[in-house]
Amino acid sequence: MSDLRDLYQEVILDHSKRPRNFRRPELVTGEAHGRNPLCGDTLTVYVDVENGTIKDVAFQGHGCAISTASASMMTESLKGKTVEEGRSLFEWFHRLLTTPPGIGPPAGPLGKLAVFSGVREFPVRVKCATLAWHTLQAALDGTARATTE
Amino acid sequence: MSRSRATAAAPLDAARIREDFPIFGRVVRGKPLVYLDNANSTQKPRAVIDVESRFYESQYSNIHRGVYLLSQEATDLYDRARERVARFLNARSPREIVFVRGTTEAINLVASSWGRTRLTEGDEVLISAMEHHSGIVPWQMICRETGARLRVIPVDDDGEIDLAAAEAAFTARTRILSVIHVSNALGTVNPVKALVCLARARGVPVLLDGAQTISHRSVDVQDLGCDFYVFSGHKLFGPTGIGVLWAREAILDAMPPYQGGGNMIRTVTFDETTYAPLPFKFEAGTTNIAGTLGLAAAIDYVDSIGYDAIAAHEARLVASMIEGLSAIPEVRLIGRPKERVGVVSLVVDGVHPHDVGTVLDLEGVAVRAGHHCVQPLMSRFGLVATVRASVAFYNTPEDVAALVAAVRKSIAVFRG
Repeated sequence: MSDLRDLYQEVILDHSKRPRNFRRPELVTGEAHGRNPLCGDTLTVYVDVENGTIKDVAFQGHGCAISTASASMMTESLKGKTVEEGRSLFEWFHRLLTTPPGIGPPAGPLGKLAVFSGVREFPVRVKCATLAWHTLQAALDGTARATTE
Repeated sequence: MSRSRATAAAPLDAARIREDFPIFGRVVRGKPLVYLDNANSTQKPRAVIDVESRFYESQYSNIHRGVYLLSQEATDLYDRARERVARFLNARSPREIVFVRGTTEAINLVASSWGRTRLTEGDEVLISAMEHHSGIVPWQMICRETGARLRVIPVDDDGEIDLAAAEAAFTARTRILSVIHVSNALGTVNPVKALVCLARARGVPVLLDGAQTISHRSVDVQDLGCDFYVFSGHKLFGPTGIGVLWAREAILDAMPPYQGGGNMIRTVTFDETTYAPLPFKFEAGTTNIAGTLGLAAAIDYVDSIGYDAIAAHEARLVASMIEGLSAIPEVRLIGRPKERVGVVSLVVDGVHPHDVGTVLDLEGVAVRAGHHCVQPLMSRFGLVATVRASVAFYNTPEDVAALVAAVRKSIAVFRG
């Protein structure tokens, strides 16, 4: 049922080895520090929001392949979206990871992010995939700190 | 599984022993279970499972309460289990054996009961930098309450306690030394007898955390010379929720109760309560009776194999594990203790320990990936997590080979 390649799909491995938007933008309107207490992974998400639109989003930090790839793909999928669209995307992403295995993953607006559906088979790794998103939410809310707890 | 492969060089027949453990009949993710997370918890032999089942099926009642036969029988079984534990540790008396939930509760009991009455502002609790969180947090809590402070003996690059540094850490205010006997993260066997000597010369009592010792080495509390010794049943092939605090009788006598309630009293009025004698003073409420019997059964089982055979078998496994892993250029082993039991901690360059752990899981290899409840020790080595493989007497050379192959596979996946 659960195969190594179902979880670590090529696109995930690619983003984990060469994360996109792995930088601190010049203009930052919000940033937050995220931490997964389970494994000690930490990352910082930076956003540049103008008139309700995410003009730039980037991250830095240290994490496993799942959390790094998730952060990288999150930044790619958010650029140009409105803050509301971004929050809605997190809801869809969260639904994707918490739908029981065997049930087809929700389609919605996830696009490439659907490659993370394999994480459902590994409940302990769900928090790795959502760390960047929780941190993004804190950056948008101006709460500076996020945790997967 | 072949039934007998015992030779002079291999006095312990792991293949035969595995037949005593029902869980090894299980297939995990389509592969036979390779269980190398023994430092976390150990599997249970049929003998332990049967003792617990039998108690619930045909012997069960509460203890120390009823006037009826079942209660008397249950009480006798419980008392005999305590005697068994006392003999196992070479305690002077069963009165020195207090049953608790586990190592964590035992340390909390000592920190709370002993600490609250003995520590005052400016006193020092001496621990090592390789303590498990359960050897740090209870002391931290009581320090906060009493105004005492923690002082920490450093750990060197090999993952060992330097005795000179330990000696230098004692001050006139040192009130207790609390040290892990064997490191759960590195496998280091600490020089506890030398540490006890340093402490006793200064009149400082010593608590030894034996959680990681007890499945690998025999423990003689009189020979160690310590004042408190603690361990958990579930790391000794016994049930969860049962553990042991051993302490010298005079020390236990002087300590106030940890929790109040039934079983720990002699008489109660609204004005005053007098407490039960040892060890019942420290066993408030209905205890884990079935777990206690299971623990005694686990001790019988381990004794039937023998610690000498266990040590020889495990030393071979750990040596081949170190050899196999060292041959992989991307692997870095954490700590190089001269004396080590059971545990090998590693990191793979460029691959997160949780990703290694998941690849190993898919190969049917169970290890722990994470901080192992030793975050300060991880920081000491500049890490947040490692992959930890830990053996027990039922592990085989095939288990070690599966581990090494799975680690190689994780490197191929993430660095290929």
